[in-house]
Amino acid sequence: MAYDTSPKIKCEDVWKVFGSGSENIIKDWDRYKGMNKVERLEKTGCVVGTQKASFQVSEGEIFCLMGLSGSGKSTLLRCINRLHEPSAGKVFIDNQDITALSDLDLRNVRRQKTGMVFQNFALLPHRNLVNNAALGLEVQGMDKKKRGKKAYEALELVGLKGWEKSYPYELSGGMQQRVGLARALATNPEILLMDEAFSALDPLIKRQMQDEFVKLIKKVKKTIVFVTHDLHEALRIANHIAIMKDGAIVQQGTPAEIVLNPAKGYVEEFVQDLPKTKFITAHDIMQKPDKWVLPIGCTTEELTQKMNENGLRFAFLLDENQRVKKTVDYFNFIATNGFSKSLEDIPQDKRPSYFPTVSVPGNTFLESLLNKAADTKVPLVVTDDQGKIQGIVPRETILTSLQSA
Amino acid sequence: MNFPVRIPLGKWVEVFVNWLTENFSSVFDSIKVVVEFLLVQLDSLFVWVPWPVTLIVLTTIGGLVAGRRVAIITAACLFGLGAMDLWIIGMSTMALVMTAVFISVLFGLPIGILAAKSPKFDMVLKPILDGMQTIPSFVYLIPAIMFFGIGNVPGIIATVIFALPPMVRLTSLGIQQVDHEVTEAGIAFGCTPIQLLLKIQLPLSIPSIMTGVNQTVMMALSMVVVAAMIGAGGLGSKILYSIQRIDLGVGIESGLGILFIAVVLDRILQGLTKKQQDAIMHNK
Repeated sequence: MAYDTSPKIKCEDVWKVFGSGSENIIKDWDRYKGMNKVERLEKTGCVVGTQKASFQVSEGEIFCLMGLSGSGKSTLLRCINRLHEPSAGKVFIDNQDITALSDLDLRNVRRQKTGMVFQNFALLPHRNLVNNAALGLEVQGMDKKKRGKKAYEALELVGLKGWEKSYPYELSGGMQQRVGLARALATNPEILLMDEAFSALDPLIKRQMQDEFVKLIKKVKKTIVFVTHDLHEALRIANHIAIMKDGAIVQQGTPAEIVLNPAKGYVEEFVQDLPKTKFITAHDIMQKPDKWVLPIGCTTEELTQKMNENGLRFAFLLDENQRVKKTVDYFNFIATNGFSKSLEDIPQDKRPSYFPTVSVPGNTFLESLLNKAADTKVPLVVTDDQGKIQGIVPRETILTSLQSA
Repeated sequence: MNFPVRIPLGKWVEVFVNWLTENFSSVFDSIKVVVEFLLVQLDSLFVWVPWPVTLIVLTTIGGLVAGRRVAIITAACLFGLGAMDLWIIGMSTMALVMTAVFISVLFGLPIGILAAKSPKFDMVLKPILDGMQTIPSFVYLIPAIMFFGIGNVPGIIATVIFALPPMVRLTSLGIQQVDHEVTEAGIAFGCTPIQLLLKIQLPLSIPSIMTGVNQTVMMALSMVVVAAMIGAGGLGSKILYSIQRIDLGVGIESGLGILFIAVVLDRILQGLTKKQQDAIMHNK
């Protein structure tokens, strides 16, 4: 299975049309395409939930379906575990065609492979937290002691240790959603389906839950399909985002792709008001370091030549481990004027004065890049964990990426 | 001016009911046997147990399920009943009402569930329920006598017909009102339809179902007097007697007796699910 690169979840041209006569609408889509929702409802009595939506989610990925209310994102999510029966198209989980399963097989998939978290928590108010978290195990027929133990573990995982015997109404919204999460995790499913899981929480709690969720997910390793109307949330949590409008997916990509190259029109508008400095990272805007760097042992002649060729004000000298050792300033360098010698051979007092190197990790957000850039004249060096150079972010690039933003 | 046609509906019904009585007497007889058995067991139990024991037991139950307030109310009501010299006859009424309520719930609950699950069934059922509630209850008495003769059993059957609709309606309403997301959660975690019903839909409709039980108890008690007209015993017959004699004292006392029984039955029945109801209502 090590070479199995097939996706964990795959949706192929999934349609969901509410109302009778859905086949005609799907077959004759060109005729109905131009109409808006109200016209279509009047003409056909049907509402199109999702139209021809296709996407893939690889194992361990956090995939986000993003769109405004009524864009069909929750409908599409529900097509995955057939809470909504797709009108057309296919859904695969581990290459198994979910749309073709019998009721019994479908129940087994729901019991073992998928867990679901709901917008308004959907807890059972008459049960305490253990019995809420144990619901999935209970319907599988696990005996009471065993499922109680697993439910305790799940509650502990989401930070609700000590609350096991409480009832949902005694808890705040954020805590209730933790129970929802514990319930979904208790059966140890490979896939989590999350429907606006944090949308009903107030902003502060929401933020906190998102952070904890990201941490938790790193621990438990799940494939996640996450539905939200909140672009910030999508960008914070997801590896991949699909943006939906009127039931169709209008753009898919990584968060940076969406922010930096939004599809014309709808997505562009969406992304417009975004504080991009919070989402674009050094990694997204850095350039290949080749034109800036030379080995530390190079001669002054080589250095001047390279800097003249590329019109550089600054250059970087690397050691054998690809770490930046020195940052060279052209003006200072010309003044010292020691051609053709290796830099090391220039007497101490004649050496060009070096600037301190400013290096940042690749995941630094534009926001802090701005701060760093303000404090220095030199281009920023992007390094990996070992300090190896990954790329260069010239200060102009920071400004242009702000402008395009 | 004369109406152009006269539809002999009454005749038809008469013929139909006669046909039923002749051809299905064995069915009605067995219904009668079962209902009578239930009633007699309950009645003899309540009448046989000495009043202090009943009072203490019911008070304790009231206290256990619903707290001290209900215990006090229960004790006061039962004491009042005995103090008006209505204990034995009151216990008969209690047995009558409990039998009717038991049968109503027994049928009302599944019918209500079916109505909630099948819109078609609901469509057919609705006018029938409307009819059962609006046609004056006296009208049921005639076929009830024809099918079951005179006495307690036709009284109970007529009571059940009258008391069944709220049970059915409120059960159905309760299930339909269960938060859609919670139902979805049940399905998403792999509930079978039966598990969904037992673990999620029924428990969450308890407040509504118990309102149905409450209504059923109240309607059964109000039917007790009507049923007395065809020979059902208990406080109803006493009230009937007081109407015939215009005896205000007996009427008032018996009426209060019915009220006391209603309070005791309702508080204890509601108390049984109070905790669950509170948790559910709290969450809304």
